[in-house]
Amino acid sequence: MENITIKINGMEVSAPAGSTILEAARIAGIDIPTLCFLKDINEIGACRICVVEVKGARSLVAACVYPINPGMEVFTNTPLVRESRKKTLELILSVHERKCTSCIRSDSCELQKLCKDLGVDDEAKYDGKKNVYELDESAAHMIRDNNKCILCRRCVGVCENVQGIGVIGANERGFQTHIGSSFEMGLGETSCVSCGQCIVACPVGAIYEKDYTKQVFDAIADPDKYVVVQTAPAVRAGLGEEFGLPVGSGVEGKMAAALRRLGFDKVFDTNFSADLTIMEEAHEFLDRVQNGGTLPLITSCSPGWIKYCEHYFPDMTDNLSSCKSPQQMFGATLKTYYAQKMGIDPAKIVSVSVMPCTAKKFEIGRDDQNASGYPDVDISLTTRELARMIKQAGLRFLDLPDEDFDDPLGEGTGAAVIFGATGGVMEAALRTAVETLTGEELKEVEFTDVRGTEGIKEATYHVADMDVKVAVASGLGNARELLNKVKSGEADYHFIEIMGCPGGCVNGGGQPHVPASFKNANDVRALRAKVLYDYDSANPIRKSHENPQIKKVYEEFFGEPGSHKAHEILHTSYVKREVNELPE
Amino acid sequence: MAKKTVPFQGTKEQEEKLLEMIRTQKNEKGALMPVMQQAQDIYGYLPIEVQKIISDEMQIPMEKIYGVATFYSQFALQPKGKYQISVCLGTACYVKGSGEIYEKLQETLKIKGGECTLDGKFSLEACRCVGACGLAPVMMINDEVYGRLTADEVQQILEKYE
Repeated sequence: MENITIKINGMEVSAPAGSTILEAARIAGIDIPTLCFLKDINEIGACRICVVEVKGARSLVAACVYPINPGMEVFTNTPLVRESRKKTLELILSVHERKCTSCIRSDSCELQKLCKDLGVDDEAKYDGKKNVYELDESAAHMIRDNNKCILCRRCVGVCENVQGIGVIGANERGFQTHIGSSFEMGLGETSCVSCGQCIVACPVGAIYEKDYTKQVFDAIADPDKYVVVQTAPAVRAGLGEEFGLPVGSGVEGKMAAALRRLGFDKVFDTNFSADLTIMEEAHEFLDRVQNGGTLPLITSCSPGWIKYCEHYFPDMTDNLSSCKSPQQMFGATLKTYYAQKMGIDPAKIVSVSVMPCTAKKFEIGRDDQNASGYPDVDISLTTRELARMIKQAGLRFLDLPDEDFDDPLGEGTGAAVIFGATGGVMEAALRTAVETLTGEELKEVEFTDVRGTEGIKEATYHVADMDVKVAVASGLGNARELLNKVKSGEADYHFIEIMGCPGGCVNGGGQPHVPASFKNANDVRALRAKVLYDYDSANPIRKSHENPQIKKVYEEFFGEPGSHKAHEILHTSYVKREVNELPE
Repeated sequence: MAKKTVPFQGTKEQEEKLLEMIRTQKNEKGALMPVMQQAQDIYGYLPIEVQKIISDEMQIPMEKIYGVATFYSQFALQPKGKYQISVCLGTACYVKGSGEIYEKLQETLKIKGGECTLDGKFSLEACRCVGACGLAPVMMINDEVYGRLTADEVQQILEKYE
């Protein structure tokens, strides 16, 4: 693209035509502060923190959305600019509930950081009337506290523009403006799918997951309980950020060590049940292809996607794989196979999961997710909650040794660990399905066409005289686009992977907060995904069906994939929901 | 939690009219506002049942419609009551204590301004100057004007309306 030259603070800068002042300034080595701006998600120029002076302009302009043009002269650090930004912050603070010391975002609050960086010295300067809001605790996974909301609309932007759901928005006007749902319904009464993207979009402490760390600490302290933990693939690609490591750091070994030191009786890995999922799902896929079942088969690992399908595409729930998600398969296997094998009463087992996800908190309470008669998973934590536990326990995370998971449910393959990145489940399934179909060893295990962070990916593979057409979508707006193509007959895939969050689980709603200043300039999804692909290529076993513990669990317990027993324990059912269900 | 409102009493004819109106306009750019205005012409207000139809038919999230409906004062979420009470909060009435009267009405009827009692009898709203400043503070119930009011008289006046 053509470059144009402008002056920023008297220095010449060359930036691609179409850049905003914000982007051009970054090229010049200047970070203009932002608050409401999230690239591609919320570009509304509303908060006025990023204002700059432009020679000849009537007033200060919002750098985040203002395009550069040749010969433009911009000033980012004049007394007028600094005074304006400071005043804006002081006005935001005048209606912000400033319980900063007990706030969940105390160390990751973007408002707090801006106030510090921009020299706010009196948080009460413009104190006056404040609105008082009740907490919305109606959803299974999160709490909204509008007393801390700064009306930046980043949550609204991601819900509507990225996920295509739009169950939250600005209600009323002027001083009464607040973020909520239609007719002031609680979020839990709407068709919210619990993806949690609003939580990771929020710059302050207005939206946060329901915290269950106390329940886990209590269970660990209870001598009658046998407390077992599993960790999803993507957690190891994000957790390190909570301890100061750069985005894109893998901490599998330290995470296992930390969990052991927190006192869990067994430290297992969801990678095991990801492999189990592939065994069941690849079998289901081949069965549907060979016996004329409903196609395309669509993956069922992402509970945000499942709830979305039930609300928005209820006529396609038969396309969903009946496989439980890896989290639930793990819990089900733990409380049946493992409990029997070890002679432990499943009633005494507390099954804890650590997930990059908030929809998992909803999933554990679904019907048909209790194979042993007890819930498959009792408590589902986010990556952030685990970090909180590690900090509370005083573990020096970065100094911990790298340790392994426990046997037998701690063994996972390279195929399993890539579940956390968009396309990973598809690739893992293909590795097993292709070998099963051809009966020959797969030479090239990497299916690179389905890798990468694009929202929709397609590929066709020629396998055993058949063209297998696959598609991968991540983010629910992309899922909708893909499914509409399927419904209209424009596309005829055999197998589709859908993940609720853009980029897959690595970018899930339960992952550590990354400040917008970093997100706007870097692809967090790709950085975290690379961690998982590196774990995959370093793993000597890269196909799920070659996992020795998986072979064993079928020998000793399930029989074979798709067996009656496997169906009872590892599969589930779905319901049809409405979009705008009227309250009772 | 969504609030309880007067039960919806839309007719089949109204619904047909609404659906037809949406069908002819939904593909036009910026159709939402005109559709909402015409829906309000049909029903007199925009209850959740009507917003749901607009949302389903236009494939626009219901929250977006609600956001627009609560942003602009031209849209009503509740029907007008059999008796429409308006309290003047204009300058003269306000300094003479109409704020207290407005408060008292909200308390007595257990509704806020812009709402209607569950039995559909009274609706309440604030207005600006009815041109009778000499009688301040002023309240109107339908066409009846009540002037030089005190909050204590409110209960008694309401009792006159069956």
